[in-house]
Amino acid sequence: MTGGAAERVAVATDQDVVRVRQLVRTVAVAVKLSLVDQTKLVTAASELARNTLVYGGGGTVEVTRVDNGRRSGIRIVFADKGPGIPDLDLALTDGYTTGGGLGLGLSGARRLVDEFDIETAVGEGTTISVTKWCR
Amino acid sequence: MERVPVLKIGDILLVSIQIDMEDQVALQLQEDLADRIVATGCHGVIIDISALDIVDSFVGRTLATIASISRVLDAETVVVGMRPAVAITLVELGLSLPGIRTALNVDLGMELLAAARAEAEGGAGHEDTDEPAVTAP
Amino acid sequence: MALSSDRSGRFADLLKGHEDAIVASWTDAVAASLRGRLSQAELYRQASELQRGFQAAFDGGAQDLEDDAAAELRAQLSELSSTRARQGFTANETAVSVFTLKDAVLRVLDEGEGADAAVLREYVAFSSFVDRAGLFTFDSYTRAREELIADQAEQLLELSTPVVKLWEGVVAVPLVGTLDSARAQVVMERLLETLVETGSPYAIIDITGVPAVDTQVAQHILKTVVAARLMGADCIISGIRPQIAQTIVALGIEFGDIATKSSLADALRHVLRMTGDKVAQKPRREG
Repeated sequence: MTGGAAERVAVATDQDVVRVRQLVRTVAVAVKLSLVDQTKLVTAASELARNTLVYGGGGTVEVTRVDNGRRSGIRIVFADKGPGIPDLDLALTDGYTTGGGLGLGLSGARRLVDEFDIETAVGEGTTISVTKWCR
Repeated sequence: MERVPVLKIGDILLVSIQIDMEDQVALQLQEDLADRIVATGCHGVIIDISALDIVDSFVGRTLATIASISRVLDAETVVVGMRPAVAITLVELGLSLPGIRTALNVDLGMELLAAARAEAEGGAGHEDTDEPAVTAP
Repeated sequence: MALSSDRSGRFADLLKGHEDAIVASWTDAVAASLRGRLSQAELYRQASELQRGFQAAFDGGAQDLEDDAAAELRAQLSELSSTRARQGFTANETAVSVFTLKDAVLRVLDEGEGADAAVLREYVAFSSFVDRAGLFTFDSYTRAREELIADQAEQLLELSTPVVKLWEGVVAVPLVGTLDSARAQVVMERLLETLVETGSPYAIIDITGVPAVDTQVAQHILKTVVAARLMGADCIISGIRPQIAQTIVALGIEFGDIATKSSLADALRHVLRMTGDKVAQKPRREG
């Protein structure tokens, strides 16, 4: 039915990751996600925004309210023009990390949302789109 | 950059995280705590995260590192006040915070530290405090 | 068909000129259709409010119900619909309350200039506007009704899953009935919230009254136990029936180091022993 106006945050510093979290929280409250779902979505956004910053060398995050006629929800798109991910399957495996983290970023974030799409090309960048629907 | 204050109460350092931390702030806290443990000779650290509405893998990892560093410096760390929604999310994320002791609130955290201390000092503690350590898996 | 602007003006005049007669005859018509389930005074009040709503809409030049000038009228209709839904009237009865305005107006027209062609055409135009208002009511009614049902379902869910404080520092959830994934989730969230509210480091999940456990539900229970541990609380699962134990093993679900006890009483005794509570030790000392 509706696709509300997108809000965009440029991610270039640690502080921007905090701003992404706050924006996602505000929109999640506005579409009336349950408290647990809000927490899951904000956590996923935090993981993915940090990936955009650390691995993608910065990029943009776009938050949109969506509505499929039956339910409303939020879509968040993380885009960077970084090195891309050479082996996607490997990157989506629990415990795999190149950044010295716990390797839960991608695979963990995927479990926290309802829809997860990733497009990546080596040398061109990575775009990840996640959606969470109201129950 | 904001800084998370570290309070000394008796033999315990109390940290109450009240802000949405940038990664740098979390790392600064990790450093500050190590310094304060050595400077004060405290044997217990309580980190109250009841005001945090999310804990992501970075904060989780920082908490685990703080616990490990404290242990090396002969101080036990208890993380208290984790919100239910945060705990549910961490489970889904696959983050189990190994090696971190947790308690529901500051009071229970202090009891846990007292019990752990009593145990460490050769089981001289009172029987009533002989509670099994409630640790994360 | 939409109204022309001079027509909507004439309707405003018509409604204004015969306000008392229209409201009275409308009230009678609605009262007859509802067979005395709402008082005449109440209906009269609603009819005159709505009458003024229509009048204001036409005064503002509304040609269709969707126009801005009719916004106030739409709000009134929504309000009426959700009130009726809550009072237990059917969608039909609610819509008829609006449709009967046509009868009331027709009566006024009859008494006036007589039924010539021009008046009839006007009446048809007016009538279709009212029809749209009636259908709008129907739609609002359905939505209000659905919200009511959803609210009740949620209340039922909460009623069916009490979390009780069993002892100082011990809470229990006696689960009764089929546990689907949605309900398991609600129960588990409430359990964790109660742990925080009561500062209880121990929780007993009693599944004596649960006829079957599938993988998803078992996973929910397991995740809750892990989440409780992250928060600093321990869970004990009690009342696992033989069939359920077999299912759990057959499904290959690992309960790992989670404490399980056969009954709620055993689980409580286990917790009290761990906390060193004196009551738990008394029977052993005396017996």
